[in-house]
Amino acid sequence: MPEHVSRRDFVALVGGVTAAEVIPAVAEAQSAPKKRSTKAPPKAPAFEPLENRPEAYTFFTAPEAAFVEAAVERLIPTDELGPGAKEAGVAYFIDQQLGGEFGFAAKMYRQGPWAEGLPTQGYQLPLTPREVYRLAIAETNAYCKKRYGKRFDKLSPALQDTVLQALEEGKLTFESVPGKLFFEMLYANTNQGFFSDPMYGGNRNKIGWKLIGHPGVPVAYNAFIGRYNVPYRVAEPVGIADVERKIGLGGGES
Amino acid sequence: MATLKPVDAVVVGFGWTGGIIANELLKAGVSVVALERGEFRDTDPDFVEYSRYDELAYAIHYKMMQDTSKETLTFRNDRRQTALPMRQLGSFLPGDGVGGAGVHWNGATWRFLPSDLTLRSHYTQKYGASIFGEDCTSADWGVTYEELEPYYDRFEYLCGIAGKAGNIQGRIQEGGNPFEGPRRRDYPNPPLIRSAIGHTFAVAAEKLGYHPFPQPAANSTRRYTNPEGVTLGECIYCGYCERFGCETGAKASLQTTLWPKIAKSANFELRTHATVLKVNLDGSRKKAVSVTYIDSQGREQVQPASMVFLTAFALNNVHLLLLSGIGKPYDPLTNTGVVGKNYAYQAGTSTQLFFNSGKYFNAFMGAGAQSVCIDDFNGDNFDHSGKDFVAGGLISASSSGFRPILYHPVPKGTPRWGAAWKKAVAHYYNRSFTIGSQGSVQAYRGNYLDLDPTYKDVYGRPLLRMTFDFGPHEHKAAALIAQVQERIARAAGASSYATSPLSAHYNIVPYQSTHNTGGAIMGTDPTKSVVNKYLQSWDVPNVFVMGASAFPQNAGYNPTGTVGALTYMAADAIVSRYLKNPGPLA
Repeated sequence: MPEHVSRRDFVALVGGVTAAEVIPAVAEAQSAPKKRSTKAPPKAPAFEPLENRPEAYTFFTAPEAAFVEAAVERLIPTDELGPGAKEAGVAYFIDQQLGGEFGFAAKMYRQGPWAEGLPTQGYQLPLTPREVYRLAIAETNAYCKKRYGKRFDKLSPALQDTVLQALEEGKLTFESVPGKLFFEMLYANTNQGFFSDPMYGGNRNKIGWKLIGHPGVPVAYNAFIGRYNVPYRVAEPVGIADVERKIGLGGGES
Repeated sequence: MATLKPVDAVVVGFGWTGGIIANELLKAGVSVVALERGEFRDTDPDFVEYSRYDELAYAIHYKMMQDTSKETLTFRNDRRQTALPMRQLGSFLPGDGVGGAGVHWNGATWRFLPSDLTLRSHYTQKYGASIFGEDCTSADWGVTYEELEPYYDRFEYLCGIAGKAGNIQGRIQEGGNPFEGPRRRDYPNPPLIRSAIGHTFAVAAEKLGYHPFPQPAANSTRRYTNPEGVTLGECIYCGYCERFGCETGAKASLQTTLWPKIAKSANFELRTHATVLKVNLDGSRKKAVSVTYIDSQGREQVQPASMVFLTAFALNNVHLLLLSGIGKPYDPLTNTGVVGKNYAYQAGTSTQLFFNSGKYFNAFMGAGAQSVCIDDFNGDNFDHSGKDFVAGGLISASSSGFRPILYHPVPKGTPRWGAAWKKAVAHYYNRSFTIGSQGSVQAYRGNYLDLDPTYKDVYGRPLLRMTFDFGPHEHKAAALIAQVQERIARAAGASSYATSPLSAHYNIVPYQSTHNTGGAIMGTDPTKSVVNKYLQSWDVPNVFVMGASAFPQNAGYNPTGTVGALTYMAADAIVSRYLKNPGPLA
């Protein structure tokens, strides 16, 4: 068993986050971790999560950014349950993703010949995700202008929903790229941006995790896993950057 | 091209099977070089960083998996179709790097049933040969449970399996699996704690007269020093197991069970970023002399060796055999040849349960193999009279840790997006669980692996071509399993439930299972199998092919326990007999 496990201050950090605000059972669970830390949670200073990252688009043009901000907000809207995907930074998340490994399809087999294939055979286009977004946003905006006189982000929410639904159902599709393919990519990326660790630019203020009751970086749950129907709640979910800033990287002992 | 200094043994792929055989050979004084196409990684520093708790990198972008831009396969459902490349991973996730898929597995570690290993003769004798149908090519393994039992035991004690025995030397143990074959002793570690999900499932299953028990788990429940002198850590139920490395060293892997010992051996060398292209044979084609590989700088190297161990992922073992011309390739038209034959998989059926109130599951907590299971509908544990299918599947409810990008279930009828979806996600994330199954898959004449005529990998080699679909045995067993799952869902008091039946045709897109089996199957007849029961090539006896590629068909359990046992049995025969007198062991 690696030595680092007993030396880490992680539970102390999380204990400081939650001790004052969680239900008693949780405080108990946090103060009795098994093996992972021998330290009891100290009276830690109030936990201050990292502030939002600077916002700037690296890939999207202004009309593309406006399109994606509008679209993700329809997929996960702001409502009485809390902020939606736009406020969670999902458009910035997607922009960053398209600038990296995902956007360039770094691990995709990209040799021809290209054939349409059957649904059971999976993705068979030469397009990378960057190319899918660029083409499909332009095509969708062109369609919206022709049909409704305005580009997508200027439409009413109800009309935006109509367009998104047409893409989803394959009723709206294009010469350069299948509309449904674009919708499914946008849908998956929106979910990823809403629920992934905030270090990627989405899930800002842990909006996604707070919505569903996900604590982020875990502690040792040995003392809690056998408790039935007792919600485990933390006042502020913990991201990877929070921990790294607070107590440094985890390993490198040997 | 450079020819390197000869060694006794070369191991191709450094995961579970490569590590086990290397360790056994080193103990016998044999020199070993291991060639691994991926990178080196170890618990510290790779899995102790907080960045390991990154669902996006590990579970969505497959940080530790095979890079399909370099190597992949082509796929079609049947041979009238044109196979097309699997351009990105989906249905299964072969590993890459030291430890292979054995680093990012969940740790479910099963023994197959005695009747699984003698499948063809068992069902024929009990129900008549017609139960198999015409196209089913499922076979006996050529090894019995009694022969394998000591080696299952060795693997379980190597890994520090946490579980509860159900049958110790013929005595049924309360709380264990009453259907399992007799074992010499209990598991080395006590079972994982039963979670709220497992408890809910167990109570419902018991109400229906089934026999719930904890899944045997390679998630060590306490600090454990294995017989090799390597110490595993204790599982903390962090919920980041499948697709992730283990922070505390509690999940058994090559790294946590054998590597510290192997690494100390002066007779051993590991070369990473070394992709083996083929095994080279001598003029007689009956003896392997070396392997050719591409090293980290793109240079072609030839490594001479007296013994060659193919210990890559099952599919890659078969690919290397076909590329090297070892064994006769299988031809489904004439039903002759052996390499690529009897490719099988795992059949998944699941039922998602939703609770409006009264339950709260903390879905994010858990250990990879933390499941409560029933084995009442697996193998021949239930009467197959009047049923025109063999075997069945394990049914279980897992608490492996459900991370929010991939898991945010909503009841049937909920819109896929918008405010109603958001509301349902918020409510059900911690008020839902899945009853899953590991359905057995039979072998059929038309399901096989060969070389693709069109597509090539980055090294210029033909891709492996997979031709596969689910058959009548899978569909009929899945229908029964779905009924049982729904019965349990109702007994558990679910407000609603939704069953995902086995898909009409196998689809390579959605993740299902990394339990790819067959293609280099074991047996007793050289015209019907690739390797003998010691995993030794019939055609080239100094080549051994280790892993799930040896399974003649797949049982209704996770395969790693049987992979480990078969490897130990082979290692025993190699060390005790082959080293003294190289030649056919069977």
